[in-house]
Amino acid sequence: MTSSRFDVAVVGAGPGGLAAAEAAVGAGARVALVDGAGQPGGQYWRHPAGDLDAVADLHHGLKTFRAQVRAVDAATTFFGHQVWTIEKVAAGFVVRAVVAGTEVEIAATSLVLAPGAYDRQLPFPGWDLPGVYTAGGAQALLKGNQVLAGRRVVVGGTGPFLLPVASGLAARGAKVAGVFEANSPLGWVRRLPAVLPVAGKLTEGAGYTAALARHRVPYRSRHAIVAAHGTDRVTAVTVARLDRDWRIVAGSQQRVECDAVAVGWGFTPQLELPLAVGCATRVDVDGSVVVQVDEAQRSSVPGVYVAGEACGVGGAALATVEGAVAGRAAAAVATGRAAGAGAVPRRLVGQRNRLRAFASAMHRTHPVRDGWRDWLTDETLVCRCEEVSAGRLREATDELGATDARSAKLLSRAGMGWCQGRVCGYATSCLVAAWSGRPFEPGAAAERPVAVPIPLGLLSQHPGT
Amino acid sequence: MTESSFTFDDRRVGFTAGQTVGAALIGAGIRSWRTTRVEGRPRGVFCGIGVCFDCLITIDGVPNQRACLIAAQPGMAVRTQEGGGRDQLAV
Ligand SMILES: Cc1cc2nc3c(=O)[nH]c(=O)nc-3n(C[C@H](O)[C@H](O)[C@H](O)COP(=O)(O)OP(=O)(O)OC[C@H]3O[C@@H](n4cnc5c(N)ncnc54)[C@H](O)[C@@H]3O)c2cc1C
Ligand code: FES
Repeated sequence: MTSSRFDVAVVGAGPGGLAAAEAAVGAGARVALVDGAGQPGGQYWRHPAGDLDAVADLHHGLKTFRAQVRAVDAATTFFGHQVWTIEKVAAGFVVRAVVAGTEVEIAATSLVLAPGAYDRQLPFPGWDLPGVYTAGGAQALLKGNQVLAGRRVVVGGTGPFLLPVASGLAARGAKVAGVFEANSPLGWVRRLPAVLPVAGKLTEGAGYTAALARHRVPYRSRHAIVAAHGTDRVTAVTVARLDRDWRIVAGSQQRVECDAVAVGWGFTPQLELPLAVGCATRVDVDGSVVVQVDEAQRSSVPGVYVAGEACGVGGAALATVEGAVAGRAAAAVATGRAAGAGAVPRRLVGQRNRLRAFASAMHRTHPVRDGWRDWLTDETLVCRCEEVSAGRLREATDELGATDARSAKLLSRAGMGWCQGRVCGYATSCLVAAWSGRPFEPGAAAERPVAVPIPLGLLSQHPGT
Repeated sequence: MTESSFTFDDRRVGFTAGQTVGAALIGAGIRSWRTTRVEGRPRGVFCGIGVCFDCLITIDGVPNQRACLIAAQPGMAVRTQEGGGRDQLAV
């Protein structure tokens, strides 16, 4: 089924995509807004279907969200539409989405892609036990469903995102047994010049800190959850103090009882769709592969603009500014109005620069350091889908001679299961690089022929894919 | 607050409007509903947003559905899934 033709198709209705759709509508374009979820909001403004009020206390910036939702009333919305690929055609682009097993084609002159990111993970013994969640997953249960991940939860990993997760859980009545931040947030202090211009962000951080203090949640820097225990579900974790390289300080291990764990090590941008249309990428400060964009959020492919986490993980405020820039620019080219560099409002450029400086400072303060590899045992699963252990992956590099992530994948099957390496891709690349003595290849796992699972019958209609 | 329910294997699980199947199960204290193909290990929700495929479940006879994405509906027949389900999707 083909819908009518649009000037701009925006994929993703999180902070980035919503801002883009609002701006494009404001510039007089006919806009299609497409998202796999049943409603707007993305990860940041996730809420139960039709009931934002129920979780308003867990949210920031709802005024912006509500205004954007009103503004995109003028767009044609395609919620519940999972985009599996995008094709470049003579007149622009065709966005191919699946709804209940059938395909919908949305044709547009220009595109804004704002597909967001997902939690970056590192394997550790027991991380496959039920009750261990990604930090974002615990947040999605809470914000989207009003369900607590557990009664007694341990939060760990690295990055400021651990704070809203812990304070949300505590606010809704979970006992948060501790927040274990592997890095030292004192780094913020050293980078104050980058941080000060966006004091608003810091205030938000301070708000979370106060909430954690109020709920008596212990916060430990240079500590990590290094193992989870239990037979059929998690019942405890081992927490340890880390040295500078994240090796466990001998004798510092401590057992903490819990019924749920929330872990996150930053985010991995979702690049299937930008890669499907051929956007050039670069490696960001946090080691993530991201889409390369210019001043106007334009990618290397004419007519394709990218906003939000997909062009660099930096939080909802940055996604919103980038979306506003991308939406204007995409509307201008599609409707034939000039979109010279001067068309990007100076105010937005300034905001974007400040927020990007803030994001870079955050990434430098919260890197992933090499010592996590020592937390693994031979039995620790690296690839959850194909159940490939660290021992088997090591065999593929040591004995079978794999020297890059791709051949290690073929030899061990790591990354070849349902999730196509979304979960283990980063860790597999790190491990193979370390064991084979070759450079880390951050992009090795990013390319996938289809962005979402589709019925085989549908795929067979597209012989080119 | 429970408005409706579905069945999970032989028990009844309540949910509030807008919740996913996975969230409703977790809310009812159920942490796993699938076993893995190789080692038969239990799995439930991990990423919560449709990325990891750990939460696969059989709903109304259709296997390999992501419990974290599917909205709960009254009267659904939800079942534990064992091993590979049926490989009917391209990923
Ligand atoms: C699970 C999770 C929870 C998070 N919670 C918070 C939080 O509580 N607070 C916070 O400060 N930050 C949170 N973050 C960080 C957050 O992602 C960003 O700060 C912000 O949401 C980025 O906005 P965005 O527009 O780039 O992407 P997102 O908000 O991620 O929006 C992307 C949208 O694109 C859609 N999409 C992606 N691919 C497709 C496709 N193929 N077809 C159709 N639609 C598609 C998705 O459904 C989604 O709605 C969270 C991240 C994750 C992964
Ligand atoms: S929990 Fe990851 S896909 Fe459902």
